[in-house]
Amino acid sequence: MQLSIEEVKRIARLARLAVTDAEADAMRAQLASIFGLIEKMQAVDTSSIEPMAHAQEVAQRLRADQVTESDRHELLQRGAPAVEAGLYLVPKVIE
Amino acid sequence: MSDSSLVRASLAELSAALAAKRISSVELTQLFLGRIQRYDGQLNAFVSIDPERSLAQAREADTRRADGQAQPLTGIPIAHKDVFCTKDWLTTCGSNMLHNWVAPYDAHVVQRLHATGAVLLGKTNMDEFAMGSSTENSFFGATKNPWDINAVPGGSSGGSAAAIGARLAPAATGTDTGGSIRLPASFCGCSGIKPTYGIVSRYGMVAYASSLDQGGPMAGSAEDLALLLNSMAGFDARDSTSLERPAEDYARSLTQPLAGVRIGLPQEYFAAGLDADVAKQVEAAIGEFRKLGAITIDVKLPNTSLAIPVYYVLAPAEASSNLSRYDGVRYGLRASEYHDLNDMYEKTRAQGFGSEVKRRILIGTYVLSHGYYDAYYLKAQKLRRVIAQDFADAFEQCDLIMGPTSPSVAFDIGSKTSDPVQMYLSDIYNVSINLAGLPGMSIPVGFGARQRPVGLQIIGNYFSEARMLNAAHQYQRVTDWHTRVPEWLSA
Repeated sequence: MQLSIEEVKRIARLARLAVTDAEADAMRAQLASIFGLIEKMQAVDTSSIEPMAHAQEVAQRLRADQVTESDRHELLQRGAPAVEAGLYLVPKVIE
Repeated sequence: MSDSSLVRASLAELSAALAAKRISSVELTQLFLGRIQRYDGQLNAFVSIDPERSLAQAREADTRRADGQAQPLTGIPIAHKDVFCTKDWLTTCGSNMLHNWVAPYDAHVVQRLHATGAVLLGKTNMDEFAMGSSTENSFFGATKNPWDINAVPGGSSGGSAAAIGARLAPAATGTDTGGSIRLPASFCGCSGIKPTYGIVSRYGMVAYASSLDQGGPMAGSAEDLALLLNSMAGFDARDSTSLERPAEDYARSLTQPLAGVRIGLPQEYFAAGLDADVAKQVEAAIGEFRKLGAITIDVKLPNTSLAIPVYYVLAPAEASSNLSRYDGVRYGLRASEYHDLNDMYEKTRAQGFGSEVKRRILIGTYVLSHGYYDAYYLKAQKLRRVIAQDFADAFEQCDLIMGPTSPSVAFDIGSKTSDPVQMYLSDIYNVSINLAGLPGMSIPVGFGARQRPVGLQIIGNYFSEARMLNAAHQYQRVTDWHTRVPEWLSA
Protein backbone atom coordinates (compact mmCIF):
# COMPACT_ATOMS: atom_id res chain seq x y z
CA MET A 1 0.00 0.00 0.00
CA GLN A 2 1.41 3.36 -1.03
CA LEU A 3 0.36 6.47 0.89
CA SER A 4 0.66 9.90 -0.71
CA ILE A 5 2.55 12.71 1.03
CA GLU A 6 -0.83 14.38 1.58
CA GLU A 7 -2.18 11.27 3.33
CA VAL A 8 0.88 11.06 5.59
CA LYS A 9 0.44 14.71 6.48
CA ARG A 10 -3.26 14.17 7.15
CA ILE A 11 -2.51 11.33 9.59
CA ALA A 12 0.25 13.38 11.21
CA ARG A 13 -2.25 16.20 11.63
CA LEU A 14 -4.73 13.80 13.31
CA ALA A 15 -1.89 12.64 15.60
CA ARG A 16 -0.84 16.26 16.31
CA LEU A 17 2.68 15.72 14.98
CA ALA A 18 4.32 18.49 12.96
CA VAL A 19 6.02 17.06 9.86
CA THR A 20 7.84 18.75 7.03
CA ASP A 21 7.33 17.65 3.42
CA ALA A 22 10.74 15.97 3.48
CA GLU A 23 9.87 14.04 6.67
CA ALA A 24 6.49 13.02 5.27
CA ASP A 25 8.19 11.76 2.13
CA ALA A 26 10.71 9.71 4.14
CA MET A 27 7.95 8.26 6.34
CA ARG A 28 5.92 7.36 3.27
CA ALA A 29 8.40 4.70 2.16
CA GLN A 30 8.77 3.22 5.65
CA LEU A 31 5.02 3.16 6.27
CA ALA A 32 4.52 1.48 2.90
CA SER A 33 6.84 -1.38 3.87
CA ILE A 34 5.17 -1.72 7.29
CA PHE A 35 1.70 -1.77 5.74
CA GLY A 36 3.01 -4.34 3.27
CA LEU A 37 3.69 -6.55 6.29
CA ILE A 38 0.32 -5.78 7.89
CA GLU A 39 -1.58 -6.59 4.67
CA LYS A 40 -0.78 -10.30 5.26
CA MET A 41 -3.70 -10.29 7.71
CA GLN A 42 -6.18 -9.89 4.88
CA ALA A 43 -5.45 -13.38 3.53
CA VAL A 44 -7.26 -15.01 6.47
CA ASP A 45 -11.04 -15.31 6.63
CA THR A 46 -12.10 -14.08 10.08
CA SER A 47 -15.83 -13.63 9.43
CA SER A 48 -16.86 -16.11 12.14
CA ILE A 49 -14.35 -15.05 14.80
CA GLU A 50 -15.08 -12.85 17.78
CA PRO A 51 -12.54 -10.06 18.29
CA MET A 52 -10.25 -10.46 21.33
CA ALA A 53 -9.58 -7.16 23.08
CA HIS A 54 -7.78 -8.52 26.07
CA ALA A 55 -5.72 -11.48 27.25
CA GLN A 56 -7.84 -12.19 30.31
CA GLU A 57 -11.61 -12.28 30.04
CA VAL A 58 -12.34 -10.47 33.29
CA ALA A 59 -15.06 -7.99 34.13
CA GLN A 60 -14.20 -4.56 35.41
CA ARG A 61 -14.15 -4.38 39.19
CA LEU A 62 -16.67 -2.08 40.80
CA ARG A 63 -16.06 -0.15 43.97
CA ALA A 64 -18.17 1.89 46.35
CA ASP A 65 -18.81 5.43 45.12
CA GLN A 66 -16.61 7.07 47.75
CA VAL A 67 -13.75 9.52 47.62
CA THR A 68 -10.53 7.50 47.86
CA GLU A 69 -7.96 9.91 46.47
CA SER A 70 -6.61 12.92 48.28
CA ASP A 71 -5.98 16.19 46.44
CA ARG A 72 -2.39 15.99 45.22
CA HIS A 73 -2.54 18.57 42.45
CA GLU A 74 0.50 20.46 43.65
CA LEU A 75 2.65 17.35 43.59
CA LEU A 76 1.28 16.16 40.25
CA GLN A 77 1.64 19.56 38.59
CA ARG A 78 5.31 19.83 39.52
CA GLY A 79 6.32 18.08 36.29
CA ALA A 80 4.19 20.31 34.05
CA PRO A 81 5.79 22.95 31.78
CA ALA A 82 3.63 25.92 32.86
CA VAL A 83 1.41 26.14 35.95
CA GLU A 84 -0.03 29.12 37.78
CA ALA A 85 -2.39 29.15 40.77
CA GLY A 86 -3.04 25.43 40.38
CA LEU A 87 -3.97 25.79 36.70
CA TYR A 88 -2.17 24.51 33.60
CA LEU A 89 -1.29 27.43 31.34
CA VAL A 90 -1.89 27.06 27.60
CA PRO A 91 -1.94 29.55 24.71
CA LYS A 92 -5.15 31.53 24.43
CA VAL A 93 -7.87 29.52 22.64
CA ILE A 94 -10.83 31.94 22.79
CA GLU A 95 -10.50 35.39 21.27
CA MET B 1 33.76 -13.25 49.82
CA SER B 2 36.05 -11.60 47.28
CA ASP B 3 34.76 -8.80 45.08
CA SER B 4 34.86 -11.01 42.01
CA SER B 5 32.82 -13.76 43.65
CA LEU B 6 30.28 -11.19 44.91
CA VAL B 7 29.95 -9.83 41.39
CA ARG B 8 29.13 -13.33 40.10
CA ALA B 9 26.97 -14.37 43.06
CA SER B 10 23.29 -15.23 42.85
CA LEU B 11 20.74 -13.25 44.82
CA ALA B 12 20.42 -16.13 47.29
CA GLU B 13 24.19 -16.10 47.81
CA LEU B 14 24.23 -12.32 48.26
CA SER B 15 21.36 -12.61 50.71
CA ALA B 16 23.26 -15.27 52.66
CA ALA B 17 26.44 -13.13 52.68
CA LEU B 18 24.42 -10.20 54.06
CA ALA B 19 22.74 -12.41 56.66
CA ALA B 20 26.10 -13.82 57.78
CA LYS B 21 27.50 -10.26 57.99
CA ARG B 22 30.27 -11.16 55.56
CA ILE B 23 29.37 -7.92 53.79
CA SER B 24 27.06 -4.98 54.45
CA SER B 25 24.50 -3.58 52.03
CA VAL B 26 26.51 -0.35 51.93
CA GLU B 27 29.63 -2.26 50.83
CA LEU B 28 27.65 -4.28 48.29
CA THR B 29 26.00 -1.16 46.88
CA GLN B 30 29.39 0.58 46.69
CA LEU B 31 30.79 -2.43 44.83
CA PHE B 32 28.14 -2.23 42.11
CA LEU B 33 28.18 1.60 41.96
CA GLY B 34 31.95 1.32 41.49
CA ARG B 35 31.46 -1.09 38.59
CA ILE B 36 28.93 1.25 37.01
CA GLN B 37 31.39 4.14 37.30
CA ARG B 38 34.18 2.01 35.87
CA TYR B 39 32.38 0.34 32.97
CA ASP B 40 29.17 2.14 32.10
CA GLY B 41 30.96 4.80 30.07
CA GLN B 42 31.45 2.05 27.48
CA LEU B 43 28.06 0.33 27.87
CA ASN B 44 25.57 3.16 28.52
CA ALA B 45 23.27 0.75 30.36
CA PHE B 46 22.20 3.39 32.90
CA VAL B 47 20.27 6.61 32.31
CA SER B 48 20.65 7.85 35.87
CA ILE B 49 22.33 6.89 39.10
CA ASP B 50 22.18 8.70 42.44
CA PRO B 51 24.89 7.15 44.66
CA GLU B 52 23.94 9.18 47.73
CA ARG B 53 20.35 8.02 47.67
CA SER B 54 21.32 4.43 46.90
CA LEU B 55 23.74 4.42 49.82
CA ALA B 56 21.14 5.98 52.12
CA GLN B 57 18.78 3.12 51.22
CA ALA B 58 21.63 0.66 51.80
CA ARG B 59 22.21 2.09 55.29
CA GLU B 60 18.49 1.70 56.05
CA ALA B 61 18.69 -1.91 54.85
CA ASP B 62 21.69 -2.58 57.10
CA THR B 63 19.79 -1.14 60.08
CA ARG B 64 16.77 -3.23 59.24
CA ARG B 65 18.92 -6.35 59.07
CA ALA B 66 20.58 -5.49 62.39
CA ASP B 67 17.08 -5.17 63.87
CA GLY B 68 16.20 -8.67 62.70
CA GLN B 69 13.63 -7.40 60.19
CA ALA B 70 15.36 -8.57 57.01
CA GLN B 71 13.67 -10.33 54.10
CA PRO B 72 15.59 -12.18 51.36
CA LEU B 73 16.06 -9.09 49.16
CA THR B 74 16.86 -6.66 51.99
CA GLY B 75 20.06 -4.80 51.13
CA ILE B 76 20.41 -6.15 47.60
CA PRO B 77 20.90 -3.47 44.93
CA ILE B 78 18.43 -3.70 42.04
CA ALA B 79 18.15 -1.46 38.96
CA HIS B 80 14.84 -0.35 37.47
CA LYS B 81 14.07 0.08 33.81
CA ASP B 82 13.43 3.79 33.30
CA VAL B 83 9.81 3.04 32.37
CA PHE B 84 8.95 2.56 36.07
CA CYS B 85 8.04 5.67 38.03
CA THR B 86 10.43 6.30 40.90
CA LYS B 87 9.36 9.00 43.32
CA ASP B 88 11.62 12.09 43.31
CA TRP B 89 13.91 10.39 40.81
CA LEU B 90 14.16 11.01 37.05
CA THR B 91 11.82 8.79 35.01
CA THR B 92 12.57 9.46 31.36
CA CYS B 93 11.32 6.46 29.38
CA GLY B 94 14.32 7.07 27.13
CA SER B 95 12.52 10.09 25.64
CA ASN B 96 13.26 13.74 25.11
CA MET B 97 9.60 14.25 26.03
CA LEU B 98 10.34 13.19 29.64
CA HIS B 99 14.10 13.83 29.73
CA ASN B 100 13.80 15.96 32.89
CA TRP B 101 10.58 14.54 34.35
CA VAL B 102 10.72 13.55 38.01
CA ALA B 103 8.01 11.06 38.97
CA PRO B 104 5.68 12.18 41.77
CA TYR B 105 5.08 8.61 42.98
CA ASP B 106 6.52 5.09 42.92
CA ALA B 107 5.26 2.38 40.57
CA HIS B 108 3.68 -0.60 42.33
CA VAL B 109 6.70 -2.75 41.43
CA VAL B 110 9.08 -0.12 42.80
CA GLN B 111 7.03 0.12 46.01
CA ARG B 112 7.02 -3.65 46.41
CA LEU B 113 10.78 -4.04 45.97
CA HIS B 114 11.45 -1.04 48.21
CA ALA B 115 9.20 -2.56 50.87
CA THR B 116 11.34 -5.71 50.92
CA GLY B 117 14.38 -3.53 51.57
CA ALA B 118 15.96 -3.81 48.12
CA VAL B 119 18.24 -0.87 47.26
CA LEU B 120 17.50 1.20 44.14
CA LEU B 121 20.80 1.11 42.23
CA GLY B 122 19.79 3.27 39.26
CA LYS B 123 17.53 3.56 36.24
CA THR B 124 18.37 1.67 33.07
CA ASN B 125 18.32 2.72 29.43
CA MET B 126 15.60 1.58 27.04
CA ASP B 127 14.12 2.15 23.62
CA GLU B 128 12.00 5.29 23.80
CA PHE B 129 8.64 4.45 25.41
CA ALA B 130 9.68 0.76 25.15
CA MET B 131 9.30 0.81 21.36
CA GLY B 132 12.16 -1.10 19.84
CA SER B 133 14.19 -4.28 19.77
CA SER B 134 17.71 -2.91 20.13
CA THR B 135 17.84 -0.04 22.68
CA GLU B 136 19.12 2.17 19.87
CA ASN B 137 15.96 4.33 20.00
CA SER B 138 16.88 6.12 23.21
CA PHE B 139 17.20 9.89 23.61
CA PHE B 140 20.23 9.03 25.78
CA GLY B 141 22.04 7.08 23.06
CA ALA B 142 22.35 3.37 22.32
CA THR B 143 23.24 0.79 24.97
CA LYS B 144 26.05 -1.61 23.99
CA ASN B 145 26.10 -5.36 24.42
CA PRO B 146 28.58 -6.39 27.14
CA TRP B 147 29.57 -9.48 25.11
CA ASP B 148 30.52 -7.36 22.10
CA ILE B 149 30.27 -3.59 22.21
CA ASN B 150 29.65 -3.51 18.46
CA ALA B 151 26.40 -5.42 19.00
CA VAL B 152 23.03 -4.23 20.27
CA PRO B 153 21.84 -5.53 23.66
CA GLY B 154 18.34 -6.17 22.30
CA GLY B 155 15.37 -4.13 23.38
CA SER B 156 13.50 -2.53 24.72
CA SER B 157 14.82 -3.48 28.20
CA GLY B 158 18.38 -3.39 26.82
CA GLY B 159 19.82 -1.31 29.67
CA SER B 160 18.63 -3.80 32.27
CA ALA B 161 19.93 -6.78 30.25
CA ALA B 162 23.32 -5.16 29.57
CA ALA B 163 23.65 -4.18 33.25
CA ILE B 164 23.05 -7.79 34.34
CA GLY B 165 25.14 -9.32 31.54
CA ALA B 166 28.02 -7.04 32.59
CA ARG B 167 27.27 -7.65 36.27
CA LEU B 168 26.87 -3.93 36.90
CA ALA B 169 23.72 -4.97 38.76
CA PRO B 170 22.76 -8.36 40.20
CA ALA B 171 19.15 -7.94 39.05
CA ALA B 172 16.84 -5.47 37.34
CA THR B 173 13.27 -4.94 36.31
CA GLY B 174 12.07 -4.95 32.73
CA THR B 175 8.86 -4.72 30.77
CA ASP B 176 7.72 -6.84 27.85
CA THR B 177 5.07 -5.76 25.32
CA GLY B 178 6.33 -7.84 22.39
CA GLY B 179 9.55 -9.45 23.59
CA SER B 180 11.20 -6.57 25.45
CA ILE B 181 12.36 -8.70 28.40
CA ARG B 182 13.09 -11.93 26.52
CA LEU B 183 14.97 -10.57 23.49
CA PRO B 184 17.51 -8.50 25.47
CA ALA B 185 17.91 -11.30 28.03
CA SER B 186 18.75 -13.59 25.11
CA PHE B 187 21.17 -11.13 23.48
CA CYS B 188 23.01 -10.36 26.74
CA GLY B 189 23.19 -13.89 28.16
CA CYS B 190 20.89 -13.36 31.14
CA SER B 191 17.58 -14.77 32.35
CA GLY B 192 14.27 -12.94 32.20
CA ILE B 193 10.59 -13.74 32.57
CA LYS B 194 7.48 -12.03 31.28
CA PRO B 195 4.71 -13.27 33.57
CA THR B 196 1.11 -14.01 32.62
CA TYR B 197 -0.65 -10.75 31.76
CA GLY B 198 -2.22 -9.30 34.90
CA ILE B 199 0.14 -10.79 37.49
CA VAL B 200 2.42 -7.77 37.89
CA SER B 201 0.69 -4.42 38.36
CA ARG B 202 1.10 -1.84 35.61
CA TYR B 203 0.52 1.02 38.08
CA GLY B 204 3.30 3.56 37.57
CA MET B 205 4.67 1.72 34.54
CA VAL B 206 4.56 4.24 31.70
CA ALA B 207 2.08 2.84 29.19
CA TYR B 208 2.97 1.74 25.66
CA ALA B 209 0.29 -0.83 24.64
CA SER B 210 -1.77 -1.48 27.73
CA SER B 211 -3.38 -4.78 26.72
CA LEU B 212 0.08 -6.27 26.11
CA ASP B 213 2.45 -4.49 28.56
CA GLN B 214 3.69 -6.61 31.44
CA GLY B 215 6.53 -6.04 33.90
CA GLY B 216 8.87 -8.77 35.01
CA PRO B 217 12.27 -9.53 36.54
CA MET B 218 15.64 -9.96 34.83
CA ALA B 219 18.60 -11.58 36.59
CA GLY B 220 21.37 -14.14 36.41
CA SER B 221 19.32 -17.29 36.94
CA ALA B 222 15.83 -18.77 37.13
CA GLU B 223 16.22 -19.15 40.88
CA ASP B 224 16.86 -15.39 41.16
CA LEU B 225 13.84 -14.67 38.96
CA ALA B 226 11.60 -16.69 41.27
CA LEU B 227 12.80 -14.70 44.27
CA LEU B 228 12.19 -11.40 42.48
CA LEU B 229 8.80 -12.41 41.11
CA ASN B 230 7.68 -13.30 44.64
CA SER B 231 8.14 -9.61 45.51
CA MET B 232 6.92 -8.07 42.25
CA ALA B 233 3.72 -10.03 41.66
CA GLY B 234 0.44 -9.44 43.44
CA PHE B 235 -2.94 -7.81 43.18
CA ASP B 236 -3.10 -4.03 42.97
CA ALA B 237 -6.46 -2.27 42.82
CA ARG B 238 -4.83 0.70 41.06
CA ASP B 239 -4.36 -1.38 37.88
CA SER B 240 -7.78 -2.28 36.46
CA THR B 241 -6.33 -5.39 34.78
CA SER B 242 -4.49 -6.66 37.86
CA LEU B 243 -5.71 -10.16 38.67
CA GLU B 244 -7.05 -11.04 42.12
CA ARG B 245 -5.38 -14.35 42.88
CA PRO B 246 -3.99 -15.92 46.02
CA ALA B 247 -0.28 -15.16 46.58
CA GLU B 248 2.04 -17.75 45.07
CA ASP B 249 5.55 -18.85 45.94
CA TYR B 250 7.17 -18.96 42.52
CA ALA B 251 10.16 -20.86 43.94
CA ARG B 252 8.02 -23.66 45.37
CA SER B 253 8.75 -26.20 42.66
CA LEU B 254 12.29 -25.25 41.59
CA THR B 255 13.75 -28.54 42.76
CA GLN B 256 11.15 -30.85 41.21
CA PRO B 257 12.59 -33.38 38.75
CA LEU B 258 11.61 -32.99 35.09
CA ALA B 259 10.86 -36.66 34.47
CA GLY B 260 7.81 -36.94 32.25
CA VAL B 261 7.38 -33.21 31.63
CA ARG B 262 6.10 -32.81 28.06
CA ILE B 263 7.92 -30.15 26.05
CA GLY B 264 6.24 -29.01 22.84
CA LEU B 265 8.49 -27.95 19.98
CA PRO B 266 6.60 -25.74 17.52
CA GLN B 267 7.80 -26.59 14.02
CA GLU B 268 7.16 -22.97 12.96
CA TYR B 269 9.88 -21.81 15.41
CA PHE B 270 12.49 -24.03 13.75
CA ALA B 271 11.58 -23.22 10.14
CA ALA B 272 13.31 -21.06 7.52
CA GLY B 273 14.56 -17.78 8.96
CA LEU B 274 16.21 -19.34 12.02
CA ASP B 275 20.00 -18.97 11.91
CA ALA B 276 21.94 -22.24 12.04
CA ASP B 277 24.16 -21.14 14.95
CA VAL B 278 21.09 -20.37 17.08
CA ALA B 279 19.33 -23.61 16.04
CA LYS B 280 22.40 -25.63 17.06
CA GLN B 281 22.53 -24.23 20.62
CA VAL B 282 18.76 -24.42 21.10
CA GLU B 283 18.69 -28.04 19.94
CA ALA B 284 21.59 -28.87 22.27
CA ALA B 285 19.65 -27.29 25.15
CA ILE B 286 16.55 -29.31 24.29
CA GLY B 287 18.81 -32.39 24.35
CA GLU B 288 19.73 -31.50 27.95
CA PHE B 289 16.07 -31.34 28.88
CA ARG B 290 15.61 -34.82 27.39
CA LYS B 291 18.54 -36.04 29.52
CA LEU B 292 16.76 -34.55 32.52
CA GLY B 293 13.80 -36.80 31.75
CA ALA B 294 11.55 -34.47 29.77
CA ILE B 295 9.69 -35.78 26.74
CA THR B 296 9.66 -33.70 23.57
CA ILE B 297 6.79 -33.67 21.13
CA ASP B 298 6.17 -31.71 17.94
CA VAL B 299 3.38 -29.16 18.18
CA LYS B 300 1.96 -26.70 15.69
CA LEU B 301 1.41 -22.97 16.01
CA PRO B 302 0.10 -22.55 12.46
CA ASN B 303 -0.66 -18.83 12.67
CA THR B 304 2.81 -17.78 13.83
CA SER B 305 3.43 -15.76 10.66
CA LEU B 306 0.41 -13.55 11.48
CA ALA B 307 1.74 -12.49 14.87
CA ILE B 308 3.98 -9.65 13.67
CA PRO B 309 1.30 -8.12 11.37
CA VAL B 310 -1.31 -8.34 14.16
CA TYR B 311 1.06 -6.91 16.74
CA TYR B 312 1.98 -3.97 14.48
CA VAL B 313 -1.68 -3.01 14.25
CA LEU B 314 -2.71 -3.49 17.88
CA ALA B 315 0.37 -2.15 19.66
CA PRO B 316 0.63 1.07 17.60
CA ALA B 317 -3.15 1.59 17.90
CA GLU B 318 -2.93 1.41 21.69
CA ALA B 319 0.26 3.49 21.65
CA SER B 320 -1.26 6.27 19.57
CA SER B 321 -4.01 6.52 22.16
CA ASN B 322 -1.75 6.21 25.23
CA LEU B 323 0.82 8.72 23.96
CA SER B 324 -1.80 11.37 23.23
CA ARG B 325 -1.28 12.43 26.86
CA TYR B 326 2.07 14.03 25.92
CA ASP B 327 0.68 17.35 24.83
CA GLY B 328 3.11 19.86 26.32
CA VAL B 329 0.56 20.71 29.00
CA ARG B 330 0.71 18.14 31.76
CA TYR B 331 4.14 16.51 31.56
CA GLY B 332 7.71 17.19 30.59
CA LEU B 333 8.64 18.99 27.41
CA ARG B 334 6.90 21.93 25.75
CA ALA B 335 8.17 23.45 22.48
CA SER B 336 9.72 26.87 23.04
CA GLU B 337 8.04 28.62 20.09
CA TYR B 338 4.48 28.25 18.79
CA HIS B 339 1.69 30.50 17.65
CA ASP B 340 -1.42 28.76 18.99
CA LEU B 341 -2.55 25.71 20.98
CA ASN B 342 -2.57 23.27 18.06
CA ASP B 343 0.82 24.49 16.92
CA MET B 344 2.10 23.96 20.47
CA TYR B 345 0.83 20.38 20.50
CA GLU B 346 2.28 19.60 17.09
CA LYS B 347 5.69 21.16 17.70
CA THR B 348 6.01 19.72 21.21
CA ARG B 349 5.29 16.22 19.95
CA ALA B 350 7.51 16.64 16.88
CA GLN B 351 10.42 17.71 19.12
CA GLY B 352 9.69 15.39 22.03
CA PHE B 353 9.32 12.06 20.21
CA GLY B 354 11.97 10.18 18.27
CA SER B 355 11.40 8.70 14.83
CA GLU B 356 10.30 5.17 15.89
CA VAL B 357 7.73 6.55 18.32
CA LYS B 358 6.41 8.88 15.62
CA ARG B 359 6.23 5.97 13.18
CA ARG B 360 4.13 3.91 15.59
CA ILE B 361 1.87 6.83 16.46
CA LEU B 362 1.23 7.35 12.75
CA ILE B 363 0.52 3.64 12.14
CA GLY B 364 -1.83 3.58 15.12
CA THR B 365 -3.61 6.76 14.12
CA TYR B 366 -4.09 5.44 10.60
CA VAL B 367 -5.49 2.02 11.57
CA LEU B 368 -7.94 3.65 13.98
CA SER B 369 -8.99 6.39 11.57
CA HIS B 370 -12.39 6.62 9.94
CA GLY B 371 -12.95 3.99 7.27
CA TYR B 372 -10.00 1.77 8.25
CA TYR B 373 -11.02 0.52 11.69
CA ASP B 374 -12.68 -2.72 10.51
CA ALA B 375 -10.01 -3.58 7.97
CA TYR B 376 -7.14 -3.19 10.40
CA TYR B 377 -7.96 -2.90 14.09
CA LEU B 378 -10.97 -5.21 14.23
CA LYS B 379 -9.30 -7.68 11.86
CA ALA B 380 -6.22 -7.75 14.09
CA GLN B 381 -8.33 -8.31 17.20
CA LYS B 382 -9.99 -11.29 15.53
CA LEU B 383 -6.63 -12.73 14.53
CA ARG B 384 -5.43 -12.19 18.08
CA ARG B 385 -7.99 -14.78 19.13
CA VAL B 386 -6.84 -17.14 16.37
CA ILE B 387 -3.24 -16.86 17.64
CA ALA B 388 -4.30 -17.39 21.28
CA GLN B 389 -6.28 -20.47 20.19
CA ASP B 390 -3.13 -21.95 18.57
CA PHE B 391 -1.49 -21.94 22.00
CA ALA B 392 -4.57 -23.34 23.72
CA ASP B 393 -4.52 -26.24 21.23
CA ALA B 394 -0.77 -26.81 21.69
CA PHE B 395 -1.09 -26.86 25.49
CA GLU B 396 -3.60 -29.71 25.15
CA GLN B 397 -0.59 -31.82 24.19
CA CYS B 398 2.27 -30.43 26.27
CA ASP B 399 3.20 -28.74 29.55
CA LEU B 400 5.74 -26.26 28.21
CA ILE B 401 6.72 -24.97 24.78
CA MET B 402 10.36 -24.36 23.91
CA GLY B 403 12.15 -22.76 21.00
CA PRO B 404 14.61 -20.00 20.19
CA THR B 405 14.03 -16.57 21.75
CA SER B 406 15.28 -14.87 18.60
CA PRO B 407 16.10 -16.04 15.04
CA SER B 408 19.63 -14.63 15.36
CA VAL B 409 22.23 -13.68 17.93
CA ALA B 410 22.61 -9.96 18.73
CA PHE B 411 23.02 -7.96 15.52
CA ASP B 412 25.46 -5.10 14.92
CA ILE B 413 24.61 -1.62 16.13
CA GLY B 414 23.17 0.38 13.23
CA SER B 415 22.53 -2.65 11.02
CA LYS B 416 18.71 -2.52 11.19
CA THR B 417 17.96 1.08 12.11
CA SER B 418 17.09 2.13 8.56
CA ASP B 419 14.75 -0.83 7.94
CA PRO B 420 11.90 -0.95 10.49
CA VAL B 421 10.44 -4.16 9.07
CA GLN B 422 13.71 -6.06 9.57
CA MET B 423 13.88 -4.71 13.13
CA TYR B 424 10.28 -5.79 13.81
CA LEU B 425 11.00 -9.33 12.62
CA SER B 426 13.57 -9.76 15.46
CA ASP B 427 10.56 -10.39 17.70
CA ILE B 428 8.92 -13.01 15.49
CA TYR B 429 8.96 -15.71 18.22
CA ASN B 430 7.99 -13.28 20.99
CA VAL B 431 4.98 -11.16 20.12
CA SER B 432 2.41 -13.95 19.89
CA ILE B 433 3.00 -14.74 23.58
CA ASN B 434 1.99 -11.17 24.48
CA LEU B 435 -1.01 -11.31 22.17
CA ALA B 436 -2.19 -14.47 23.95
CA GLY B 437 -1.24 -13.04 27.39
CA LEU B 438 0.87 -16.10 28.22
CA PRO B 439 4.05 -16.18 30.32
CA GLY B 440 7.35 -16.48 28.45
CA MET B 441 10.97 -16.50 29.52
CA SER B 442 14.47 -16.62 28.08
CA ILE B 443 17.55 -18.32 29.51
CA PRO B 444 21.09 -18.46 28.09
CA VAL B 445 22.01 -21.73 26.38
CA GLY B 446 25.42 -21.04 24.85
CA PHE B 447 27.07 -18.89 22.22
CA GLY B 448 26.52 -18.55 18.49
CA ALA B 449 28.25 -16.57 15.76
CA ARG B 450 31.03 -14.23 16.95
CA GLN B 451 30.65 -15.60 20.49
CA ARG B 452 27.37 -13.77 21.03
CA PRO B 453 24.88 -15.39 23.46
CA VAL B 454 21.92 -17.56 22.38
CA GLY B 455 18.68 -17.66 24.36
CA LEU B 456 16.15 -20.47 24.77
CA GLN B 457 12.55 -19.34 25.06
CA ILE B 458 10.29 -21.24 27.44
CA ILE B 459 6.57 -20.58 27.07
CA GLY B 460 4.05 -21.76 29.62
CA ASN B 461 0.30 -21.92 29.91
CA TYR B 462 -1.45 -19.20 31.92
CA PHE B 463 -0.19 -19.00 35.53
CA SER B 464 2.47 -21.69 35.02
CA GLU B 465 5.44 -19.49 35.98
CA ALA B 466 6.51 -21.84 38.79
CA ARG B 467 6.67 -24.75 36.34
CA MET B 468 8.66 -22.70 33.78
CA LEU B 469 11.10 -21.54 36.47
CA ASN B 470 11.39 -25.16 37.65
CA ALA B 471 12.39 -26.31 34.15
CA ALA B 472 14.85 -23.43 33.70
CA HIS B 473 16.37 -24.05 37.15
CA GLN B 474 16.85 -27.77 36.50
CA TYR B 475 18.66 -26.89 33.24
CA GLN B 476 20.82 -24.32 35.04
CA ARG B 477 21.77 -26.91 37.68
CA VAL B 478 23.47 -29.03 35.02
CA THR B 479 24.88 -26.25 32.80
CA ASP B 480 26.92 -23.13 33.47
CA TRP B 481 26.01 -20.77 30.60
CA HIS B 482 24.14 -18.51 33.02
CA THR B 483 27.26 -18.03 35.16
CA ARG B 484 29.47 -16.73 32.32
CA VAL B 485 30.70 -13.14 32.52
CA PRO B 486 32.47 -11.36 29.64
CA GLU B 487 36.25 -11.50 30.11
CA TRP B 488 36.82 -7.74 30.18
CA LEU B 489 34.18 -7.34 32.91
CA SER B 490 35.15 -10.26 35.11
CA ALA B 491 37.67 -8.48 37.35
